[in-house]
Amino acid sequence: MTPLLSVRDLRVSFPTRSGSFQAVRGVSFDLGRERLGVVGESGSGKSMTGRAILGLVRPPGKVTAERLELDGESILNLPERRMRKLRGARISMVMQDPKFSLNPVMTIGRQIMESYRLHSGQGGQAARDKALDMLRAVQIRDPERVFDAYPHEISGGMGQRAMIAMMLAPDPEILIADEPTSALDVSVRNEVLRIMDKLVRDRGMGLIFISHDLNLVGQFCDRVLIMYAGRVVEELPAHDLHAARHPYTQGLLNSLPRLDQPVERLSTLQRQDSWRDADIATPLPGGL
Amino acid sequence: MTETTRAWLLSDAPQTRRQARMGALYQGWLTFRANKLAMLGLVILLALLFVAGFAPWLSPQNPFAQNLADRLQPPSAAHWLGTDALGRDILSRLIHGSRITLFIVGTVALVAPVIGLFVGTVAGFAGGWVDQVLMRTTDIFLAFPKLILALAFVAALGPGIGNAVLALAVTSWPPYARLARAETLTIRNADYIAAARLQGAGPLRLLIGHIWPLCVSSLIVRVALDMAGIILSAAGLGFLGLGAQPPMPEWGAMISDGRTYILDFWWVAAMPGLAIFIVSLAFNLLGDGLRDVLDPKGGAE
Amino acid sequence: MLTIKDLDVWFGHPPERVDAVRGASFVVARGESFGLVGESGSGKSTILRAVTGLIDTWSGRIEVAGQPVTGRHRSRAFHKTVQMVFQDPYASLHPRHSVDRVLSETLHLQGMDRIDQRIATLLDSVGLGRGFRFRYPHQLSGGQRQRVAIARALAAEPQLLLLDEPTSALDVSVQAEILNLLADLRRDRGLTYVMVSHDLAVVAHMCDRLAVMRGGEIVEEMTAAALRQGAARSDYARDLLAASRGYAAG
Repeated sequence: MTPLLSVRDLRVSFPTRSGSFQAVRGVSFDLGRERLGVVGESGSGKSMTGRAILGLVRPPGKVTAERLELDGESILNLPERRMRKLRGARISMVMQDPKFSLNPVMTIGRQIMESYRLHSGQGGQAARDKALDMLRAVQIRDPERVFDAYPHEISGGMGQRAMIAMMLAPDPEILIADEPTSALDVSVRNEVLRIMDKLVRDRGMGLIFISHDLNLVGQFCDRVLIMYAGRVVEELPAHDLHAARHPYTQGLLNSLPRLDQPVERLSTLQRQDSWRDADIATPLPGGL
Repeated sequence: MTETTRAWLLSDAPQTRRQARMGALYQGWLTFRANKLAMLGLVILLALLFVAGFAPWLSPQNPFAQNLADRLQPPSAAHWLGTDALGRDILSRLIHGSRITLFIVGTVALVAPVIGLFVGTVAGFAGGWVDQVLMRTTDIFLAFPKLILALAFVAALGPGIGNAVLALAVTSWPPYARLARAETLTIRNADYIAAARLQGAGPLRLLIGHIWPLCVSSLIVRVALDMAGIILSAAGLGFLGLGAQPPMPEWGAMISDGRTYILDFWWVAAMPGLAIFIVSLAFNLLGDGLRDVLDPKGGAE
Repeated sequence: MLTIKDLDVWFGHPPERVDAVRGASFVVARGESFGLVGESGSGKSTILRAVTGLIDTWSGRIEVAGQPVTGRHRSRAFHKTVQMVFQDPYASLHPRHSVDRVLSETLHLQGMDRIDQRIATLLDSVGLGRGFRFRYPHQLSGGQRQRVAIARALAAEPQLLLLDEPTSALDVSVQAEILNLLADLRRDRGLTYVMVSHDLAVVAHMCDRLAVMRGGEIVEEMTAAALRQGAARSDYARDLLAASRGYAAG
């Protein structure tokens, strides 16, 4: 079976005054119809990986890869016009804060209709019905009201659900979620995750879930990539996360305070230079 | 510059206050230098400063010496930029005029933003009725077209270069006040201001030590971009005969003198016009470059 | 150390008046570490801002070290007793002031002598070392900035430190370092902490007791031990506890 998305040796670099800065340094993975978690601290290149796949790295940033294929078709550095057709229709992205990713002067309903119309070509009543369906699908109890609401009139959790509705309206194959719940309170967070999970599973989509929250990713995803300094340092099934072998992953897990295990002092992470370039602890099955 | 000096300046871990300050300046200079057009602007303005400084030695002839036999001569080897209606060498007049231009621009640039900064930050920081009074006063000034207001001032005070400068300064501060107030409103509620308050910092200290340094940079940029407008306003006053008085070689007044002959003797009006154009352009380019360096939003990158 | 009784805090004037905190009361003993937990908009940070005088529209009673405070004005003695660390280390340091300037101004304002020497000691005590003294905020990482902010708060040698989500903007590994630092400082200097956080695990790690807030009201007060055992009495606190244990499909 060919994977939905195949990435080999993805690199993103930015020119700076003192040479070029490599934000992503050779990331490789395959994505099937699964939930793949990408975890790392700030500056690990996790968000930049997602943006590079969508062709959202702004110049002077440069993206190179040995392979970047969607269903066996290369999408590396496509011209903007073709990329725009792809974005939304086949790969969608949910960003961190709905406050900044929803258009403040357009009602929620119109934004969802717009995204559907752009990619399906259907307009009018069909788009309206689809939008209301989507709002129902993300479990908004009062879809008619939210349809006519402006983004500032709804709560953060509601906004993020509307955002998911908008991104899923054109039935994409892959959803990239970049810290979709970091701006939300815990109680709302779990609800949004549940909705996202159900939709992704029902539709057989591939999900790339980018987050800094190791525990959350461990609970929510099937497989986890741990990134450090622009590289994947470890890859493992999510339920084996506690058995991680890479010292960085272990360090991250241990530095979290836990409710069920009181400790006197939290263990801190001693970063090692070797993590930047050493071999990956658990390479992809079958090798690359 | 040697490699070690450069490393010392660009160090991320400065060891002394001086090194930190020099390093920050050098970083700014590097950003500025990367903007070629801004460098061009800077070079032009440095050249203007040089010319103004050494005007008596640089000008080939006496700018006031009339020679009616040689009036309205086209540009030639004897008079590089030609002569005006009274036979005075235009190049020499331009060179001496640069002093007047710099005087006007410099004074206005010193007075107007300072008034604006003071009024704007006090209004924004104090809020309440102080804000109301100061900003409504600003609005009154803004309600008049700038040149008309300046004309009224000059008419009341009497024509002359000093009064022209005063009028320009008094009429050009309101936009700075608005800018400074807007900046202050965003800074006022920042956590670092709250933190300073918790240390017991009084309003005066917050205003001068914390708010001014952040407002000043955007004001400097704005002033550099406005310079062109100030030169043109000064030239406008000169053109209307309300600024510099004859025989002072003020650029605006020179255009005014050349206006009568513009069809047959174009250079009389065109040469000072060209000078105004070049200097205005240089200030605009410089302002653009300064924005790259001083804008606090882009400063962290 | 800190007594809060029937505290109401509001913003704006009627009819647009918003009540951010309603009838909050709690007492923090000297040397104790007290947590305020709640979701966004629950009013937990607002209480800290009312205590420090950054908000003046409040009623009720606030006593710090036995001294009642009023309105917005705070005495010099108050600033020497109470200090605060803010949530976002990127917003709580002046972008144009070097570490040296921040600390020396603070020390000067607190009327301290031997400023040079004190800056060095302060930097050492927050684990930064003297090499950081002349850096500007943009030359520091998030964790280093937060250490500077802590140093600034410690400059006055306060007894009560108000911590407003001090680690929520930081990576987990940096969070561990900062939390350890705060724990060490409290032990060494006998400080009293009031810590606001949305993260129950962090509060359970740092605090002895905590109050759960919702919609401006204190729903429940409990000990950290009770929190760890999941022994919450109110429904809301139980829900919050369940939610923060993580995501469970279904």
